[in-house]
Amino acid sequence: MTVRILAIDDSRTMRNLLGATLGAAGFEVDLAEDGEDGLNRFDRSDPDVVITDINMPRLDGFGFIEGARARRRHRVVPILVLTTESDDALKARARAAGASGWIVKPFDEKKLLWAIRRVSGQEDPA
Amino acid sequence: MSDSGANALRATFFEECEELLEAMQDGFDQLEDDPRDAERLNAVFRAAHSIKGGAAAFGFEEVVAFAHEVESALDRVRGGHCDVDAARLDLFRQCGDVLSDLLAAARGGTKAPPGKGGDLLERLTAAVGGAAPAAFEQAPDFQPVTLDLTPAAPAEGADEPSHYDIVFHPLPELFASGNEPVALFRALAQLGRIEVDADLSAVPPISELEPGRCAITWRVRLQSTAGEARVREVFEFVDSQCSLDISVVSPAAQADVGEPASSPRPGDDAPAIPSLSDLVAAPTAADNAADTPPPARTAGKTAHLPGQTIRVDLDRLDHLINLVGELVIKEAMLSQSLMGVEGATGTDVAVVLQALQHLVDDIQEGAMAIRAQPVKPVFQRMARTVREAGAATGKRVRLITEGEHTEVDKTVLERLVDPLTHLIRNAIDHGLEPPELRAAARKPPEGTVLLSATHRSGRLLIDVADDGGGIDRERVRAHAVARGLVAPGVALSGGDIDNLLFEPGLSCKDEVSKLSGRGVGLDVVRSEIHALGGRVSIQSDPGEGTTFSISLPLTLAVLEGMLIEVAGQTMVVPVSAIRETLQPAMAAVDTIGAAGWVLRSRDGLMPVVDLGAAFGFRPPCATLDGHVLMLIAPDNTPPFALVVDAIRDQRQVVIKSLEANYRRVPGVAAATILGDGKIALIVDPNTLPGAPGHPEFADSSLQLAV
Amino acid sequence: MIMQDKVFESTTPPLEVLAFRICEQDFCFDLDSVREIRGWTETTMLPHAQPCVKGVINLRGAVVPVIDLAQRLGLGTMEPGPRHVIIIAVLEDKTVGLLADVVSDILVISRDDIQPIPEIVDAATRRFISGVVVIEDRMIRKMDLRLALPAADRTAA
Repeated sequence: MTVRILAIDDSRTMRNLLGATLGAAGFEVDLAEDGEDGLNRFDRSDPDVVITDINMPRLDGFGFIEGARARRRHRVVPILVLTTESDDALKARARAAGASGWIVKPFDEKKLLWAIRRVSGQEDPA
Repeated sequence: MSDSGANALRATFFEECEELLEAMQDGFDQLEDDPRDAERLNAVFRAAHSIKGGAAAFGFEEVVAFAHEVESALDRVRGGHCDVDAARLDLFRQCGDVLSDLLAAARGGTKAPPGKGGDLLERLTAAVGGAAPAAFEQAPDFQPVTLDLTPAAPAEGADEPSHYDIVFHPLPELFASGNEPVALFRALAQLGRIEVDADLSAVPPISELEPGRCAITWRVRLQSTAGEARVREVFEFVDSQCSLDISVVSPAAQADVGEPASSPRPGDDAPAIPSLSDLVAAPTAADNAADTPPPARTAGKTAHLPGQTIRVDLDRLDHLINLVGELVIKEAMLSQSLMGVEGATGTDVAVVLQALQHLVDDIQEGAMAIRAQPVKPVFQRMARTVREAGAATGKRVRLITEGEHTEVDKTVLERLVDPLTHLIRNAIDHGLEPPELRAAARKPPEGTVLLSATHRSGRLLIDVADDGGGIDRERVRAHAVARGLVAPGVALSGGDIDNLLFEPGLSCKDEVSKLSGRGVGLDVVRSEIHALGGRVSIQSDPGEGTTFSISLPLTLAVLEGMLIEVAGQTMVVPVSAIRETLQPAMAAVDTIGAAGWVLRSRDGLMPVVDLGAAFGFRPPCATLDGHVLMLIAPDNTPPFALVVDAIRDQRQVVIKSLEANYRRVPGVAAATILGDGKIALIVDPNTLPGAPGHPEFADSSLQLAV
Repeated sequence: MIMQDKVFESTTPPLEVLAFRICEQDFCFDLDSVREIRGWTETTMLPHAQPCVKGVINLRGAVVPVIDLAQRLGLGTMEPGPRHVIIIAVLEDKTVGLLADVVSDILVISRDDIQPIPEIVDAATRRFISGVVVIEDRMIRKMDLRLALPAADRTAA
């Protein structure tokens, strides 16, 4: 069964980049443009992993994580946050909000896949 | 990723940056009215942040470095550390301009012009108060921080695998954050060979089992060439959510790990180690089986806004418009064929054809409307021009825009940028008075430039108005006389004098303009507007200001044309330029030397231009007998008479570009395709060799002093 | 490092070229640039055009100039007629038609096959060629399209 990833970012360029990179790696990708859109898709399509940006209009990354964790359902979904900094304060904040891990921008395919592997029990996609 | 895929991504990035920059400038404008608007502040911050993020992904280091500083400054502002006042807003706007330049350089693969960035950043940091920016040099010194992750690459020169002993016990927080021991072990397994033992001694009986609390401690033995840093990295996300002990052991102490096929992988059903998924507490995928199947998965990879717009590939649109153009031609051919048939009018065919004609007209209008875009982005660029021109001349200027949402065909829009830029620079440099004079005239110290756009009677009207001192007519007249453009003593109306500004070779500034040494004249503006099929005129109010009015056709693709024959060729003359046609015998034509003719008309003498000779199709004709004269009155050049062989027909023709595959030809505006599929060139009376509009004309013996 | 493609083992791909004849001489250029080959159609004259620009033709709604390569290369003039072909090529966004006697072949060559221009090629032609390929005793001159086409921004003489 193909692994499904939900990627949330308000930048069209980022969404395209994530979609292309993850799609090429064999994942099924859903895209959302802000936290609220993300929660809607989260409910509808039940992703295996979520990757989300932090700064977004309407509902930001932390808001999304809070919402996702509140839903919980049958399992706690791994959520990775995208950040442009790698400082400890941000990591701590991400953890405190409930994120499973983080990816520092700019990322490449290897970095992306490595992070996904470390937080999800998933085998290689497809 | 394929090349075309990567290029498409790059293109999207630059498109998005344009939108983001527009949003930033919009945000700054709104913050001027309401400096406390938190949502605006967040929005401009996010715009800078997104630009930075995208630029980092594509390796545009200069953009990243600059955007980072702007983002930090905006962060301070939105965090309430300082106010948003006019001075700071101005700095931010200038930052937006520099970002735009850096992005343009990145897009074109060139280096941005040096200079402004670093100095601007210093002023910005001083203004918002924060840590001094990292030395911003335009040379790519900035390296984004990345981790090099090559899982299989042997690190630290180790060919010999190291042996690691890892003792791992997850805390409840680890599971709550969505992490899983299985995932971590699988990641470790990617680094080498592992053997996992579970210590179940602390596991309570089932009745006392607490979900969310894991009582198992695992011992993982790992053989890997990846290096200790990599091993630790596996646990990076969870290092505060578990108890972890990683020690490197010497190979001697690990005799049993050497056996090839014996390391059981997590999840295998080796009898000594119970399956992990059975033992690990609740948050695993084990419960899924009982759930109802997930809702129908939308395969959509792109977020589709439930909105009213759709992104369209411009090539496809152009293709569609070409097809519509073909449709117009074919419909014309059909009409023409029908005309040749006896008794055709009034029949069913004729009626349907009439309806078809209307339908095709509607389709064409609809297709052209798709390509129409609001002028707003162009107006925003003008805002930047105003800032720069004001700074260069030391004048305070305010730009007011009206009708930003007026729509124009995309191709026209692009070609408006240059003429509008010239007009605005002109207004600020020459139109607006220096502060002392404005004060003396009791005008507000800040000059105003008004840029407006509107549709009227099927045309696009754009005005560039300033509230400066108006045109100094005495000076203009004096210059014109000095340059021989006007005979001394000739009576000229105010309007005539104003129009002299459009003459090439008339420069009114004795001092070199501060704006640019280029000295682009208004004559260039006029020809640029003419090239778009439009007109431009001046109106000046001494002491009050000057207004330039541009009028452009809304659709470029179709033209009302007169089909003529010359030298065996069929050509098209725009009907809008034709005043009347004459038989030479009826006309009062006089010979001038051996060189040609002049026509005596009620407007005076006008030159007669032999079209066949002007285009080099044949030598000048010896006599006008057997030819036809057309009186041509182009937009702003003196009228003349054109000699053609015959007049065929008047019809609407679809304009096809000649320049796209060839180049500009003097005297030719474009081309069209006739009913029989052959090409006919469309004459441009403004640039016809030998006619008054053409630069050569000044030397021609046919020139006449007014 | 950021947007790197996977690293492939790469070998120089073979080159496909279109071979044609002008005034008894063989030429070729990259097939990549070729869009189609048409029979002769009458051209519409352009004012004050250079001698090698025969005029423009209607290519499915686009206005495309036709260049007489024989004239351009100084190989002599020929009266273009139904015997000739027009090769439609694209160079840097511009579509042009090239007049030739006949199209002979599509050849697959390798870049190593391209040799430097030998002495016997005359000076006039030399300017437009980047090398020659020898196939079965035929010497095929490899044309550099950018050089062969008249400069776009020279104003009419």
